[in-house]
Amino acid sequence: MQVSSAIRDPLITGGKTMKDVSHDIGRHVENKPTRLWYIAMAISLTVLAFGFYCVCVLLWEGIGMWGLNKTVGWAWDITNFVWWVGIGHAGTLISAILLLFRQRWRMSINRAAEAMTIFAVICAATFPLMHMGRLWLGFYWALPLPNTFGSLWVNFNSPLLWDVFAISTYFIVSLVFWYIGLIPDFATIRDRAVVQGANTRAAIYNALSFGWQGGAKTWMRYESVALILAGLSTPLVLSVHTIVSMDFATSVIPGWHTTIFPPYFVAGAIFSGFAMVLTLLLVTRKVFKLEDYITIYHIEMMNIIIIVTGSIVGIAYITELFISWYSGVEYEGYAFYNRVQGPYAWAYWSMMTCNVISPQLFWIKKIRTSIVATFVLSIVVNIGMWFERFVIIVTSLHRDYLPSSWTMFHPTMYDIGEYLFTFGFFFTAFLLFAKFFPVVNIAEIKSIIKATSEGKQGTSREVDKTTHHS
Amino acid sequence: MKSKKIYWKGIGQLANSTEFVKHAHEEFAQPGPEEDLGHNRRDFLKMMGFGVAAASLAACEAPIRKAIPFVNKPVDFDASIPNYYASSFINGGDYCSIVVKTREGRPIKIDGNALSSVTQGGTSAQVEASVLSLYDNDRLRGPKAGRKRIDWKDLDAQIISKLNEIAGKGGQIRIVSNTILSPSTKAVIEKFKTKYSTTQHIQYDQNSQYGMLKANEESFGTAMIPSYDFSKANTIVGIGADFLSSWGATIANTKQYAKTREVSEDKKEMSRHYQFESILTLTGANADYRTPIKPSQEGALVVQLYNLIASKAGRATVSGGLENNILAKAADELWQNRGKALVVAGSNDKAIQVLVNGINDMLNSYGTTILPHLAVNYRMGDDQAMATFMSDVKGNKIGAVIFYNCNPVYDHPMGEDLGAALKNISLSVSTGFKEEETGALTNYIAPDHHYLESWNDAEPIRNHFSLVQPAITPLFKSRAAQESFLVWAGEAETDYFEFVKQNWQSRFYNGGEFEFQTFWDKCLYDGIYELPVDKTAISFNGNTSAAASAIASNYKSGGVELVIFENGTVGNGSQANNPLLQELPDPITKAVWDNYVTVAPKDAAEISFDESHTKMASISANGKTVKLPVMIQPGQAQGTIGIAIGYGRTKAGKVADGIGANVYPMVSMVNGSLNFVATDVKFEVHYDENYQLAQTQTHNTYMGRQSVIQETNLDKFNDGSFAKERFRPEVNTWKEKSHKIDPEKMTLWKNHEYKNHHWGMSIDLNTCIGCGACVVACNVENNVALVGRQEVINRREMHWLRIDRYYSSDSPADDWKGAEHAAENPEVVFQPMLCQHCNNAPCETVCPVAATTHSTEGLNQMAYNRCIGTRYCANNCPYKVRRFNWFKYHDNKQFADVNTSMNTDLGKMVLNPDVTVRSRGVMEKCTFCVQRIQSGKLNARKERRPMKDGEVVTACQAACSTGAILFGDMNNAESAISKHLKIRPTYADKPYVNDKDSDNPRAYSVLEEINTRPNIFYLAKVRNKDGANV
Repeated sequence: MQVSSAIRDPLITGGKTMKDVSHDIGRHVENKPTRLWYIAMAISLTVLAFGFYCVCVLLWEGIGMWGLNKTVGWAWDITNFVWWVGIGHAGTLISAILLLFRQRWRMSINRAAEAMTIFAVICAATFPLMHMGRLWLGFYWALPLPNTFGSLWVNFNSPLLWDVFAISTYFIVSLVFWYIGLIPDFATIRDRAVVQGANTRAAIYNALSFGWQGGAKTWMRYESVALILAGLSTPLVLSVHTIVSMDFATSVIPGWHTTIFPPYFVAGAIFSGFAMVLTLLLVTRKVFKLEDYITIYHIEMMNIIIIVTGSIVGIAYITELFISWYSGVEYEGYAFYNRVQGPYAWAYWSMMTCNVISPQLFWIKKIRTSIVATFVLSIVVNIGMWFERFVIIVTSLHRDYLPSSWTMFHPTMYDIGEYLFTFGFFFTAFLLFAKFFPVVNIAEIKSIIKATSEGKQGTSREVDKTTHHS
Repeated sequence: MKSKKIYWKGIGQLANSTEFVKHAHEEFAQPGPEEDLGHNRRDFLKMMGFGVAAASLAACEAPIRKAIPFVNKPVDFDASIPNYYASSFINGGDYCSIVVKTREGRPIKIDGNALSSVTQGGTSAQVEASVLSLYDNDRLRGPKAGRKRIDWKDLDAQIISKLNEIAGKGGQIRIVSNTILSPSTKAVIEKFKTKYSTTQHIQYDQNSQYGMLKANEESFGTAMIPSYDFSKANTIVGIGADFLSSWGATIANTKQYAKTREVSEDKKEMSRHYQFESILTLTGANADYRTPIKPSQEGALVVQLYNLIASKAGRATVSGGLENNILAKAADELWQNRGKALVVAGSNDKAIQVLVNGINDMLNSYGTTILPHLAVNYRMGDDQAMATFMSDVKGNKIGAVIFYNCNPVYDHPMGEDLGAALKNISLSVSTGFKEEETGALTNYIAPDHHYLESWNDAEPIRNHFSLVQPAITPLFKSRAAQESFLVWAGEAETDYFEFVKQNWQSRFYNGGEFEFQTFWDKCLYDGIYELPVDKTAISFNGNTSAAASAIASNYKSGGVELVIFENGTVGNGSQANNPLLQELPDPITKAVWDNYVTVAPKDAAEISFDESHTKMASISANGKTVKLPVMIQPGQAQGTIGIAIGYGRTKAGKVADGIGANVYPMVSMVNGSLNFVATDVKFEVHYDENYQLAQTQTHNTYMGRQSVIQETNLDKFNDGSFAKERFRPEVNTWKEKSHKIDPEKMTLWKNHEYKNHHWGMSIDLNTCIGCGACVVACNVENNVALVGRQEVINRREMHWLRIDRYYSSDSPADDWKGAEHAAENPEVVFQPMLCQHCNNAPCETVCPVAATTHSTEGLNQMAYNRCIGTRYCANNCPYKVRRFNWFKYHDNKQFADVNTSMNTDLGKMVLNPDVTVRSRGVMEKCTFCVQRIQSGKLNARKERRPMKDGEVVTACQAACSTGAILFGDMNNAESAISKHLKIRPTYADKPYVNDKDSDNPRAYSVLEEINTRPNIFYLAKVRNKDGANV
């Protein structure tokens, strides 16, 4: 039975059948990787290796390998941390909140977005670890573990400790959510492997799918679990970046001590997260020929979210400026004057251009439905969001209360190397994911092809097909 | 039914043989085969256990440390209990009476000796740092002949035979030294001279005051330098005299000067200080009115001042002079304050000093602010004798020369020529405890002890004697230079200790009721022995008109003018190899590890001096050219440049060699004495050569932030308008528009309750002169790592205590762009900044592992062992006083040449065993010298009494000559700090909670509005300026 809407555009194009779906997505797991994949993997591994070298030197010699100083105690490390955490947010938003709101267009993109979340959170977590002066102790002293050091306990007042809880919870829930979603698809691949006679693959994917058999009861439970996890993840979308923002908001440093940080950070996180999802998906879509699953409609929807969150972020920037003037606080005023006019004004204006002005271009339908424009702007937004964190962290610290201690921050090769390390890891992990895991949720897509795909096997639909074709 | 079956263990039981019965209770009835091997299972287990344990123990590193217990413990030695010895710091003519703290026989800290009326317990950065010079790895290990090690016996034999040979031929022998303060040493040299009659002793000083000696000889008949008493002066005029840092008896000057700068509700008067100078000196930075002048104008200004005063005094005026409004104002005030006025000039020109003497004579300064009867011996150097010596050397007239603890090849203008000529002298000996530039060129080196290893005495001021006693057995095979002289003179008694003792016995011991030993022990214990000096009347006979005409003919303004000065860190360069001094920020420029040429901002407008990035420049004067980076210096007179001496060392050691350039050769002889000024200097900036200086502070103004710096002028302070108008942060509330409250009244925090002590500190911005002695003292006391030039450029110096130096700006506080730039001739304020020990400490709440916590006595404590190094605390510290260990600074080759106290076995002897050496990756900061607090508390407890006020003194407080820093218990209403600050519990019913207010009208907390509630109060700076121009 086919139910199509007369007003909604189809989510899946090309008149896919159930079999087509399994085939289109499953074949990437089954076939040998393409040359492009090998090249991409080689580049990623090279970057990862260089980054790893920088990490090793950092751990061997000390944090002094970075460009930090007595006044600027955090710079690229925490900038990158917040940036990566922010990127992860889109995945959770897509899989959890959009699930609860029954936004079915999410089904084509949630798998990749969730994978991105997992990898981004891992990348993010390396920075709080690496930035510790004594990682070898810090990695477990920061946890509230019973110990034999006497009455030593963690400090529950510290936002850094909240971070530990927030990030680890977020990581665990995201991982479980992602993996549970993968189970039916692993089973699909296993089933196809059985048919193809690939026994090893069948065994591996059988194990990965926990022997999924796809009974009606199992599906029912599966869907309940997905819903429960979505319910659990939903507050995390808001809480994680809220807590990350409190690293700054609870401090006394002008430019950090700002009550609007939690919503502003969350909006920024979703903003950058969607941009990153777009960057990755536009490439994946092209390379894996998934144009029928990830359509212009999906891209447009995500671009609309980028306009909304980008505008929220823009309003937040302007609010900060206004309050710095309106409060009459000398230090607050100077901190923002310094952002706009000081030695790091180039970073501030890069941020403003990338985050506030550039997403406004998506008001124009031609731009928000253009793949090239979307790709370029998604990267611009991510650059902008990196600068946002850099501006908040470095320009607030480098000139705070006592002018005697004002300094500049200059990154070293090791600051850059550590960032590259996470890029290397992220793309290596994403490429492995794209090769070995189904990049689109096969099971969920199948549930919508009848309802909202282009009608071929059912009644014809009264929609203007020319609108969203590319 | 009972079974009748019987089971047997074996045939033996059935047979019930004795053999069976005997073994029936054992586990195995029959002995097993293993019994025969002589080993059983248990043996095997024992062997295996032993083997495994032994193997694993052998794998562990088990260093063998020698621990030899005392059979009989020496009386004055208790492990971990420090011993203190009174002694004296003597470095050339520089002197300080000190108390040396030793631990387990190692000197680790130097404090001032309060019993001395000469230095009154004060110290300076150089004195504080000198303890590390003792452990300088570049010290000589023993005597040398040529470049080879030699035995003392052989050295003596060779030197004596050569001396006799030279004396036999009537050859000239010279002993060259800096000013000698020691009467016993002088007596030793006399003995040497008696033995070798052609010997002459020549003294010279790097920072010479020979012109003053000559001027006083002309003015009063005796070549002496009087003591000054700045504390009696209401009006002080300094003309090129950096009397707080490099001119005269700086420690005493500083102490006296600070007394006149104290202001309170009870003491409403303070001195007014006018300074005329070319470079911005520490003294100028503290002046109320500072006028930049060219060095060539110094003489003319003195003439002008002479004439202004003479016309008031009704004396004849002299020709010359230079109109200056501020000088005229100063003259009026000097005249009004006759008898309470003092004029000092830094020039080494006799003519200028004669006129200054004339001025002081008219002002009745002699006997009030100048004490000629207390003649000082610090600067007895004779420029002319030294010049004669130089020409004698060049003319091959000298047979033998002994350089007694001096380094003229480096620090005399004609040093290069001397070095070249030394090879023509048949016997040259150096006695320095280091080889240095001079020792490297002499035939023999007979190394003296470091002063902390020596016996000696000193007479810094007439009839004020003091002793030097060793605080450690000599580390190397050195020998007292005096002993060397005695040996070479063929004396029977060569032990210098006995010599000093006998000298004191014959000179000072007058029989009396004590035995000599008791007298001697008392002197040693006190470190000093002072005799009264009768006041003598003097009359001024100087030829002022001759002096005026000499000035007119000798000083012609021309081209770029150069001032060669001694800075407050490495000083004259003799201690340049001491990294504590190299890394001590210059009080004015805040530069470290560098020598530079200071240039007025307008003269170097093309250099954008951003983040210490600058250009190199060549400077040529007196036939010598050096290349140095340019330091843009507000306050520098236009058309002038300044370069510090003390750099450009080549043989000082790994720390100092290669830093900067030696500008001693730019000093010339003018009017019979060394002239530290040059005109028509060639100054050329190389715009294509970039350089980055290392500065600990790169932003110069305080941006008009009144919550950081509060200042006023004396009138406003006295009429109460400062108290009314001063900046007090207030917060608007919802109640009504005009309703404002003190931010302290709105807090989320519960108060801390300090049942016992509540430690606090007061820092007086008025008496703090910014010298930096406290910084060095803090470094030494707390084992603070030194990080070297590159790491300072990376802005990572580790100093727990720093002195922020701010210049005023011409722009109003709300012009943020303009306020970033210092005024052309700025007012300067110094602010010592250290951990504020906040009661609501922002660092404490943010540490995830609670490594920084609050003590029950108000201290903010740092548990290094717990720190994981997230640096959040440092970010959240509004005062930016937390320091992170970016690298491992100890036992790390990278820092071996800059952090000598943590990288060599010798250097490590200076470490304070009561303070942990921090590892990499942890945060550190000022502890309020918690180790001293703890030891004070333990002492009180041992003696079962409450702690006394003043029992615990922080290292910075002890080092502060001016008393700007005061530490104590704010819970004790009778303590000095409570009285000084007029501490009042905010809530009368809760006297022991942290909330305490100060009723001292000058007291404020830095950044009060963020409500951190520091335990440090600052006292606002008061300038003695007319009108409301503050």
